[in-house]
Amino acid sequence: MQGYIYPNEFELQWSLLVVLYPYLTGLVAGAFILASLERVFNVKEVQPTYRLALLTALAFLIVAPLPLLAHLGHPERSYEIFMTPNRQSAMAMFGFVYAWYLMVVLLLEIWFDYRRDLVLWARAGHGWMRWVRYALTLGATDLSPKALRFDDSVGRWITVIGIPSAFLLHGYVGFIFGSIKANPWWSSVLMPVVFLFSAIVSGIALVLVIYMVTTLVRWKPLDMACLDKLAQFLFYALVVDFSLEALDFIHRLYEAEESIGILSLMIENRLFISLIVLQVLMGTLIPLVALALVSPGLRRGGFVRTPPELRQLIYLAVAVLIQIGIFSIRWNVVIGGQLFSKSLRGLTVYKVELFGVEGLAMTIGLLILPFVILWGLVKIVPPWEESAPAEPGVEAAG
Amino acid sequence: MAEMTREDGPPSASGRRAFLGDLAAACVGTPLLLGAVKLTDLLAAPAAQGAYDAAEHWYGMGVDVERCIGCARCVVACKTENDVPEEPHFFNTWIERYLIRNDGEVEVQSPNGGIDGFAPLEDPGSVRRTFFVPKLCNHCENPPCVQVCPVGATFITEDGVILVDEGYCIGCRYCVQACPYGARYIHPEKHVAGKCTFCYHRLRGGRLPACVEVCPTGARIFGEVEGRPTPLSRFMRFNDLQILKPNLNTKPKVYYSNLDYEVS
Repeated sequence: MQGYIYPNEFELQWSLLVVLYPYLTGLVAGAFILASLERVFNVKEVQPTYRLALLTALAFLIVAPLPLLAHLGHPERSYEIFMTPNRQSAMAMFGFVYAWYLMVVLLLEIWFDYRRDLVLWARAGHGWMRWVRYALTLGATDLSPKALRFDDSVGRWITVIGIPSAFLLHGYVGFIFGSIKANPWWSSVLMPVVFLFSAIVSGIALVLVIYMVTTLVRWKPLDMACLDKLAQFLFYALVVDFSLEALDFIHRLYEAEESIGILSLMIENRLFISLIVLQVLMGTLIPLVALALVSPGLRRGGFVRTPPELRQLIYLAVAVLIQIGIFSIRWNVVIGGQLFSKSLRGLTVYKVELFGVEGLAMTIGLLILPFVILWGLVKIVPPWEESAPAEPGVEAAG
Repeated sequence: MAEMTREDGPPSASGRRAFLGDLAAACVGTPLLLGAVKLTDLLAAPAAQGAYDAAEHWYGMGVDVERCIGCARCVVACKTENDVPEEPHFFNTWIERYLIRNDGEVEVQSPNGGIDGFAPLEDPGSVRRTFFVPKLCNHCENPPCVQVCPVGATFITEDGVILVDEGYCIGCRYCVQACPYGARYIHPEKHVAGKCTFCYHRLRGGRLPACVEVCPTGARIFGEVEGRPTPLSRFMRFNDLQILKPNLNTKPKVYYSNLDYEVS
């Protein structure tokens, strides 16, 4: 502790788990927006990641509310958010935004995209997996050209609806923080936009890592055109994200409101590693420079010509650095916003506990869980090209 | 103005009690005498029927900073009266000591909310001013805590008091984040938001909040904010008033007199 903090401020209210929540929803929104690049904007190069991105978004979305639930003082009452939401509350909308995104956007899009394959897998397969896949078709086994056309057009429309929904999902999380006028570190109209672009950055980087790792593990060749395209979009998203963050920073510095003294002190004393080193230097500047040099973001083929193998390694390293950087952003927002007193006269400390409901072990567990779910999803509905069922014969309706 | 306030200051706690007692007796007695209310009805539902009409009140508190001596009897009384956890870092109300040096440097302290007493001044020669500031929930007219509560567990009563429904609060802590005054905490055993209630249970019985009642110097003045002949309206008439963090537009109903600009 340093200076004066209000007596009730000794306990930090939102811990590591609440850092995890915007991190996870950001990955969901980012992965979905990547998927929509292929579907809506016809960026054909990223097609190999389309289904993988959708499944990744679903796996992370399933886990996203868990840290919040674990954090509640009375999780058994959480259903009240649906039953009697306070319409003035930004947080009350969480349940509805989440349910909309899960039910209307992600599950529907995945279902329409996979329906044909599910039917064919169920027909050709055997054992219990056959029945699982048959159940997932929900009995809609019509593979007539008309039905398939319907699948495709509905899928496209859902993606069109999905893009603003993904924006809503994560922009809304930013609004939860940005609308707290009591907290000068959070209160910013830019917060939802900054959250959104950092989400896009993190989602693309995550899918890039998962795509590379899963492809290498399956001993398949990496699609270099796809990787280059991902790196290119990653670069653009990172430029926008960094510009917004810089704008926010410069704006605060220039306005120099009464909180500027304590916030500067906090950055120097409490957030130096997580903000200056991890977020800005390692998570943003190094990836920006690396991508500017080797990716086709600024110049076709990159400024520095590199063999594909080296470029793959650079992309992988950049994507991992970006994940660290984005997690640091969430940390700096959530924890940083609680390290200074609202009296603006002092700083407090946050000590991460190792075990316990809000500890490090739980956080790591919740970070691993989406990958376990993704593994399960991939077993049931493989996103790989080689797993696609053979073309069906001409079928009659029904 | 300030002197006038001291002379005309709020009546003593015992005087107020007597007055309120008389008032209650009159309220009950007159209709009985007139035969309008049956005694059995009153006995059957002593508080519910007509005894207290929240719509007739709009409560606030005045704090005369010059009168506070930092004894923290209010803090102790509040903890006892309201089942506030004994351990430090959970307070419905607390006392801050401000110490302003000649060079303008400000030191603020609140050891255990003031209960543990304040350390003697170091280097008294360099002190320009020092004073105590009692803090509590401001029972804002435009309360950010009520706005953000996702389930509506925290609410503003008809008589202007911000309360938490302990059987409803989900413990998300959003209200604690939204309060600019640090007036809320999460109760370590109940796992719900805790805060000053203006001793609502006492108000409905016609009594004053515990902190007001025990204050030996009358630094806390309680009553109606609007147009009623109560100690608070008198205090508000005869003093220059300040509120905390007016720029946030929360419209606090805790009014300070003689407050320095350093206080935040």
